[in-house]
Amino acid sequence: MSTNGAKGNHLIEVRDLVKHFPLTKGILFRKQVGAVQAVDGVSFDVIEGETLGLVGESGCGKSTTARLLTRLLEPTSGSINYKGQEIARLSRNDLKPLRRDMQMIFQDPYSSLNPRKTVGSIIGEPFVIHEVESDAGKRKKRVQELMDIVGLNPEHYNRFPHEFSGGQRQRIGVARAIALKPKLIVADEPVSALDVSIQAQVINLLEELQDELGLTIIFIAHDLSIVRHVCDRIAVMYLGKIVELADADALFAHPRHPYTGALLSAVPIPDPRLAKGRNRQVLGGDVPSPTNPPPACRFHTRCSKAKDGVCNVEEPLLEHKDGGNLAACHFPLTDQEIARRVPTAAA
Amino acid sequence: MALLEVKDLRVHFETEDGVVQALDGISYSVEAGQVLGIVGESGSGKSVSSLTVMGLTRAKNARISGEVLFDGKDLLKASEPEMRALRGDDVAMIFQDPLSSLHPFYRIGDQLVEAVRAHRDMPKAKALDRAVEVLGQVGIPEPRRRVDAYPHEFSGGMRQRVMIAMALINDPKLLIADEPTTALDVTVQAQILELIDRLRQEFDTAIVMITHDLGVVAEVTDDIAVMYAGRIVEYADTESIFAAPEHPYTWGLLKSIPRLDLPRDEPLVPIQGRPPSLILKPPGCSFHPRCPYVRDAHKRIDPQLAPTAEGVNGGRHKVACLLPPQSRRQLWTELVAGATPEDAKERVAVPEEAVDQEAVDPTAVDQEAAR
Repeated sequence: MSTNGAKGNHLIEVRDLVKHFPLTKGILFRKQVGAVQAVDGVSFDVIEGETLGLVGESGCGKSTTARLLTRLLEPTSGSINYKGQEIARLSRNDLKPLRRDMQMIFQDPYSSLNPRKTVGSIIGEPFVIHEVESDAGKRKKRVQELMDIVGLNPEHYNRFPHEFSGGQRQRIGVARAIALKPKLIVADEPVSALDVSIQAQVINLLEELQDELGLTIIFIAHDLSIVRHVCDRIAVMYLGKIVELADADALFAHPRHPYTGALLSAVPIPDPRLAKGRNRQVLGGDVPSPTNPPPACRFHTRCSKAKDGVCNVEEPLLEHKDGGNLAACHFPLTDQEIARRVPTAAA
Repeated sequence: MALLEVKDLRVHFETEDGVVQALDGISYSVEAGQVLGIVGESGSGKSVSSLTVMGLTRAKNARISGEVLFDGKDLLKASEPEMRALRGDDVAMIFQDPLSSLHPFYRIGDQLVEAVRAHRDMPKAKALDRAVEVLGQVGIPEPRRRVDAYPHEFSGGMRQRVMIAMALINDPKLLIADEPTTALDVTVQAQILELIDRLRQEFDTAIVMITHDLGVVAEVTDDIAVMYAGRIVEYADTESIFAAPEHPYTWGLLKSIPRLDLPRDEPLVPIQGRPPSLILKPPGCSFHPRCPYVRDAHKRIDPQLAPTAEGVNGGRHKVACLLPPQSRRQLWTELVAGATPEDAKERVAVPEEAVDQEAVDPTAVDQEAAR
């Protein structure tokens, strides 16, 4: 099955990926009483050189998906095919060469850097771990080159993380991630903790590096305006499932899944005239618990278009809808509905 | 008379490293039923300003001057018991982090009842009824049942609603919301913003909303104050801030966020550098090290907040910028048309010694001349 009509070389192919975190009871005799179904059967491809966005509310499984891809977590079932190699079941040792190719940038620049290490040794550590550069002098030179690339002053080699601002710390994280020239970078909310004026600096840096180094980026964020700006394709997740997957332009011009529509409708627009003129659709309630998700379409409890007897009985599949979006919905949004609710709808 | 009037408020903290000039003379006012947005980056003093209004910055090392008039009474001169009587009653505050602002040991209902009984002599059962009523108002389903829940049983958005309920339970005249939606998902953010808007309409509450997100303030505020390095650098009604901003820092903020209503490939223009230290502020205009349009004179002269040349809205639009008004408008026109700051700078001729006389404090000029 060509899951999402993705064109180009597939760097990663994910099929039916599942991650359930068991909930146990008892101390001596532990028995499983349930499971948090963090990721429940997602399939998608990542194309070489693209930026794929993963969006959704907190608890939808986007970070878990990213950690499964980089194999920081062991999948419960499903397959992850990286450049023709099945990596879902690889052991720690067999994973090591892979770790060079996949790097992560984390959300919180304050807690993702060891406060007792100098910036030089933080950025230089990948070289040590992967035994790429054993000569300390040469390593220092390479680290300083990296610092220069990401816009840090190479003279600050011996400083500690606390001497840097949030934006600069995120640059340190970026330098560490690109040290071994990886193929794939997974950026988990890389700018959410930064001030607006600094966010743009880090986003521009990531885009430049992608052009120069030919990186593939998986970009996780909850800020849809940023995702739209950065990503080529976007997957929208809800309660452990992908509910819609489309090119960025298509997704914002004509979202087909009612959940995507609601997300887009909720984004605040920094223009008072437009903001007052639009018909906002406010999604009521909260995301249901992933330990006991609603049956069939998981969104039916909050969906304005849900029909009893259909949406709560039959699970919708991720299929092509009008305009080429892949959406998992029995009653996708029509163009009229989109025009009313979504600020980015194609006129 | 305005409900809250802040006049020339200064807050300095003495620390081992030097004096932190957190607030350096800010003035604003809010009327009943009005929403004022205070926008700025971390370290711009936006939170200190509201904490000071609440009397929460009174520390041994703090030097506070100016006036905070609430209903005509100067809160800076009020005693601690007087402030305690006011906080949570006539003046309430919503904090950013709903996770850490609720006590994990006590039931939601108990915490709300305590908020009522701290200010009113009311039997417990009646206070609980009031708690249920307010929880319903902020959109918590089945409030009668949920008052018995503990905070950990609530999601982030629900906890923020509880915080809002607690702030509203005594019908405050003034509500200060410090980044009320920052920790929340967009969908929940939309719910909370709608709620805040309803409050203003139904209860005529005056609201000060502090945020770094321009999108959030665009939707609910009447006026906006943009803060930078402890000062208000631009003040105007919400429409003017977005349609005709006059300060280069405001331009930078507007240009550095991606917008859903603009083409996707519109490049982001970050503001270079980073916010200044509040201990060693740059001389002259504090924004000059990051300003693409800086002139030599701007490094010496400290600009004052002055009404803009075109008195739209009765001269309510004020800006602290030394660029000549003419150049400011031309620069913004270029930026709107898609020019980068570098291009705009080349196309608009700004004389080297150009200074907007409106923004110059005459006493400061005399001092410089004397030197």
